[in-house]
Amino acid sequence: MRPFKYTRATEPNGAAAAVGANPQAKFLAGGTNILDLMKEDVERPNELVDLTRLKLAEIKEAGGGVSIGALATNTDTANHPLIRQNYPLLTQAIVAGASGQLRNMATNGGNLLQRTRCQYFYDTAMPCNKREPGSGCGALEGLNRMHAILGWSDKCVATYPGDMANALLALDAVVRIKGADGVERTIPLSEFHRLPGDTPQQDTNLQHGELILAIELPKSNFAKNSYYLKVRDRASYAFALVAVAAAVELEAGAIKQARVVLGSVAHKPWRSQEAEAALAGKPASAESFGRAAEAAIADAKPLAHNAYKVELAKRAIVRALMRASKLA
Amino acid sequence: MNEEFHENSEPELSADEEALLNEMPALADVGLTRRRFLKQTLAGSLGLFALDLLAHEQALAALSPSPGAVFADKTAENLVKLALKVNGVTKRLEVDSRVVLLDALRERLGLTGSKKGCDQGQCGACTVLVNGRRVLSCLTLAATCEGKDVTTIEGLAKGDQLHPMQAAFIKYDGFQCGYCTPGQICSAVALLEEARRGDVSHVTEDVSATTTQLTNEQISERMSGNICRCGAYPGIVAAIQEVHSGKKTAQTWGFVDDQQLARVRKEDGNAAV
Amino acid sequence: MARYIGKEMSRVDGVAKVTGKAKYAAEFAVPNVAYGFIVNGSIAKGAITAIDTQEAERVAGVIRVFTHLNTPKLGPKPASNEQAPPRGAQEEEDKSFRALQSERIFFNAQPIALVIAETYEAARFAARLVKVTYSPEPHVTDTETVREGARQPKQGPPPKPRGNPEEAMRNAPVKIEAEYRIPIEHHNPMEPHGAIALWQDEKLTIFDKTQGVYSLREHLASTFGVPPENVSVVSPFVGGAFGSSLRPNYYPALTAMAARELKRPVKVVYTRTQMYTGHGYRPYTIQKIALGAEQSGKLSAMIHEAVHNTSATEEFNDNTTNFTRQVYACPNLFAPTRITNTDLSTPVWMRAPGAVSGMFALECAMDELAYELNIDPLELRLINYADVDPESGKPWSSKALRECYRLGAEKFGWKDRKMEPRSMRDGRFLVGWGTATGVWGAFQRPASATITLRANGTANVASATSDIGPGTYTMMAMIAAEYLGVKLEQVNCELGDTKFPRAPSQGGSQTTSSVGSAVYGCALAIGAKLLELANQDAKSPLKDTAADDIEMLDGRLQRKSDTSRFVRIADVMKRHRLAEMTETHESKPSPERQKYALLAHGAQFVEVKVDPDLGTVHVTRVNELTACGKIINPKASHSQEIGGVVWGIGMALQEATEIDHRYGRIMNPNLQHYHVPVNADIHAIETSFVEEDDKIVNPLGVKGMGELGMVGIPAAIANAVFHATGKRVRELPITPDKLL
Ligand SMILES: Cc1cc2nc3c(=O)[nH]c(=O)nc-3n(C[C@H](O)[C@H](O)[C@H](O)COP(=O)(O)OP(=O)(O)OC[C@H]3O[C@@H](n4cnc5c(N)ncnc54)[C@H](O)[C@@H]3O)c2cc1C
Ligand code: SF4
Ligand code: FES
Ligand code: FES
Repeated sequence: MRPFKYTRATEPNGAAAAVGANPQAKFLAGGTNILDLMKEDVERPNELVDLTRLKLAEIKEAGGGVSIGALATNTDTANHPLIRQNYPLLTQAIVAGASGQLRNMATNGGNLLQRTRCQYFYDTAMPCNKREPGSGCGALEGLNRMHAILGWSDKCVATYPGDMANALLALDAVVRIKGADGVERTIPLSEFHRLPGDTPQQDTNLQHGELILAIELPKSNFAKNSYYLKVRDRASYAFALVAVAAAVELEAGAIKQARVVLGSVAHKPWRSQEAEAALAGKPASAESFGRAAEAAIADAKPLAHNAYKVELAKRAIVRALMRASKLA
Repeated sequence: MNEEFHENSEPELSADEEALLNEMPALADVGLTRRRFLKQTLAGSLGLFALDLLAHEQALAALSPSPGAVFADKTAENLVKLALKVNGVTKRLEVDSRVVLLDALRERLGLTGSKKGCDQGQCGACTVLVNGRRVLSCLTLAATCEGKDVTTIEGLAKGDQLHPMQAAFIKYDGFQCGYCTPGQICSAVALLEEARRGDVSHVTEDVSATTTQLTNEQISERMSGNICRCGAYPGIVAAIQEVHSGKKTAQTWGFVDDQQLARVRKEDGNAAV
Repeated sequence: MARYIGKEMSRVDGVAKVTGKAKYAAEFAVPNVAYGFIVNGSIAKGAITAIDTQEAERVAGVIRVFTHLNTPKLGPKPASNEQAPPRGAQEEEDKSFRALQSERIFFNAQPIALVIAETYEAARFAARLVKVTYSPEPHVTDTETVREGARQPKQGPPPKPRGNPEEAMRNAPVKIEAEYRIPIEHHNPMEPHGAIALWQDEKLTIFDKTQGVYSLREHLASTFGVPPENVSVVSPFVGGAFGSSLRPNYYPALTAMAARELKRPVKVVYTRTQMYTGHGYRPYTIQKIALGAEQSGKLSAMIHEAVHNTSATEEFNDNTTNFTRQVYACPNLFAPTRITNTDLSTPVWMRAPGAVSGMFALECAMDELAYELNIDPLELRLINYADVDPESGKPWSSKALRECYRLGAEKFGWKDRKMEPRSMRDGRFLVGWGTATGVWGAFQRPASATITLRANGTANVASATSDIGPGTYTMMAMIAAEYLGVKLEQVNCELGDTKFPRAPSQGGSQTTSSVGSAVYGCALAIGAKLLELANQDAKSPLKDTAADDIEMLDGRLQRKSDTSRFVRIADVMKRHRLAEMTETHESKPSPERQKYALLAHGAQFVEVKVDPDLGTVHVTRVNELTACGKIINPKASHSQEIGGVVWGIGMALQEATEIDHRYGRIMNPNLQHYHVPVNADIHAIETSFVEEDDKIVNPLGVKGMGELGMVGIPAAIANAVFHATGKRVRELPITPDKLL
């Protein structure tokens, strides 16, 4: 870990301005991702601005939906009555991730910005375009069992590993942001994370110095019928091989609208509009779900070691939709 | 590194420990620093096996630097001053901004009960309570703990009276090598509070309903952030279940008795084996 | 009636462990300690052509950076790429890899520098600033590609075939043939390896995580050319090791070197990642098995060939096929283990070394044969039961394996098993039941211990062996209390220090048999001494008592056959003006053992539930039946069995060290990418002890069990997965992708 200056932010404007002013400064929230990466010399900030004392941890009703503070912890978010009652999918996704201790530390803002778990990204002796643009992608022709099957480029085949964001995307979340200049803006979650393209070093569309203030959820019609499914190598405390955030709004046994988001298959949470379109107006049944699953992975291009993800994603989508519609 | 241990940051010693400290002949003529050094280590080490361990550390505490010992110029960078409470006692430290809470406890405060298993958030051995919640001290910057209340394994027992969770771990043999144990126990103690609050977990069927009673499956899932390579998981779950609900777990081992043996041998037609 | 032995006892070191007061190696407070951080290389083979430490040295707090250019020569021989002589026995000349001895690179992530600084943070940072250039050479790290070049290890004679296996195989009416693979696996004890070293003149004290203080002492003595007595090794608590601290690893010598050069105490602790190249691993193992049988199920031929990797610098051989020779009665057999060089660090013993690998293959093959024959898998094992040792023809000192099979089947409910795969279900889960045999040696090695009995009835027991977790402190205290006739609370135990009498390293499940026997011998010696002292008194009520007819109980030395004849121990000691008596005893394996075949056995029954859509496997129920002589402390033994099952689950379903062979580098050296079981992976585990009354193995009648409980589990799980799904996965681990 490189030496860095530690400062404690007292209000959002100052925090954003402080990081904005120093290209090598970073925000510190729960620290669970950035400190790990700093120890590995993957992240090398020379200044950390501690956000944890900011009053941005509130979870409250807003505009018919709910606003979740960026500095609220994963634990507090998952257990908040407003979330448990109205967005159980989000609760399920959060508690499917990490461990009790980590969720007590992890903040919602930090969680959105967690970086990939690609092994080559973590090992500074290995080539990695995300860590060191131009050095090559170690995983492309290396070990890539955990890597992407959708939306990857030959510059980077990493996945976004998180769980919470998959649910947030299914729930049409919007991210509220304050710029280094103090101006606020919002980005829909669907435009928050990026595909790697030629610039895999950039995970999201957030600019340097932009501070996440809150995540806003519109009123949801999915509270009754949603399910978060995570398939992993062990029963707990592991990243997903494939995850699915599924939600349906049912009307007389037919699907009025649906959400299908795949996790750990692409560089961002992967919403399948194709699957959703295939479901709209159809009866909630294993057959409809099967067709939707086929549609979702139609464009999948597996790598040498992750062909299984194509089949697994299909089956996981069906299972998640079955659970969401209470058919399984 | 400039680290100051203010007078009020000295570990509190019990009467016994104080007596023992005073009994140590080698200490009669040592200066304040060395005495303080010993006090720090003592606070972390007295116990059943303490005397032998203590003898080692006592001998070491009396060590003065060898002639010709090489030191670097201690020009530390980015020092952060902070005051935090550790097991009820205020500690004032001035640390490099890079120091994580775990290293502050282990290397600066002589509290080696919290363990380092991975330093990357992947094992749970470093679990401590900060403001009553379980967190990983290896991914917590010490600097962020200003004004906070830290409880470590050393702070759970009241004098000789073990915390019920500690006693239950012994009862159910919830450990072997003991290295993951402080983290497990801290985690377990916090988990009780989470259960009381009605927190949900990955194996909660209906997250909109609230339950405060944990099944063994619930406990297992909630303890999955604490890896035990010795594999003492069943004992850990049994210990937590008993402290949580009072439910005792039936013994899962037994000796095969002579009658059983005689019966199978007869059935087998192999009376003698 | 035993007071302690065979009774369920809580650990005597329990309080120290649950309160955080137990001190592990890197936790001793040493004033003025400097922190070391190891720098690892990034190529698999070749040479360092330049190494630049200037930037690292400029970091505030850095004291020195050691590289091969400024590190003194260590040890009897610097590491070279010559073939080192075979090793195995701990007594053999120590050729352990010593770091920073030349520019040569033998494996990726080899230590190439050591940064010493005033703080851990400064050392870790500066380590990143050491710049190295290499001249790389082509490397081989994939065992598959050098499988053909495998050779017979130099250690031991080449294995002789029994009977005529080839011909018998040709003639066998029923045959199966299959190949099994086990990836490299790492021990991953929770405590990272670390040491604190300090020199006082020419005397070295080192606090180290080690399974054998004496073997480390000798290693360090030869490393620094000092007499062994000048090296004290202290290791009172070890946070798990599982074989990873049996050999001296490279870091203790490195730590001691830096301490010597800088004339101050130095502490070096591996990072989790450094553990993957710092202490060895279970080798990559390919096994080919052919089994031939009669229609009745009787085995007529077994050919079991194993190949595993070693390093390019040292031979390591885990004897993968060793137990194949002894498990089943079969007249025709060939079971060689060959090794092949790779440019990786040297493998080492890892829990149940060889046995768990070999038995995984053999016991899966037996299951395949059972299906080929359409005979119940358990029945097939009984049909081929070895009533005498098939290898030597010697009788067993004891063997209650048949009882384990039968009682295990009963407890598990095996009779309700339907033979057909995919025939049992629980809701959407496929249910599978599998079984396998476990086997491990009943080893004993010379060991010494010392007991001091005081007139006030308290006692101290000491031996140099380590307690890496199985409960050695408790076992010793129980044996001492039992035979001294004192209360457990009156016994204090000390372990893990070269100031105590020599004992073997803790490994191979031999501690209780070896050290326990020594403690027992000490107690007997104290009794004999007391008898002699008592009988110096003409009026002694114990006159003419045979030495084996006395016992100590609650402060009395009494006749076993007539307990009304006794003396008070305190009186005897007082009369002879003794405040305490000390006896040291060395126990040795008895020559009687030579006449028998000695093994510990077990049978394992496993239930899995497999999600047929997602490929996830849950091990929902395990019954361990164990026949390993006398059980000293069933509570700790049960924990050992549980640990074995947890390890078996890890091996079967999760564990694999992944190497990117393009770079010859381990790519998952941490606990997020290398999975070991977590709490939620573990469900019901039951142990039943089938005690054997075995006076041949050793005076206490104990056999080891730390390894035994793991041996059959991976095979039993793989067999259960086959039963559940109809898929035979022959390549571990059985991750969800393999079951889709
Ligand atoms: C062993 C392990 C297992 C894990 N398993 C899972 C899992 O299964 N599923 C899962 O989803 N996650 C998992 N996680 C990841 C964990 O959830 C994230 O590390 C965590 O959510 C990050 O939040 P944080 O507050 O700690 O972020 P930090 O580490 O503090 O910050 C992360 C990044 O976000 C930036 N940042 C933080 N807050 C803001 C803000 N408000 N505005 C702008 N930028 C900000 C920081 O500058 C930094 O770059 C795991 C982590 C570990 C260590
Ligand atoms: S997949 Fe992306 S993160 Fe991984 S090595 Fe390639 S570029 Fe780096
Ligand atoms: S040491 Fe903190 S989680 Fe492992
Ligand atoms: S007791 Fe050894 S790791 Fe848990």
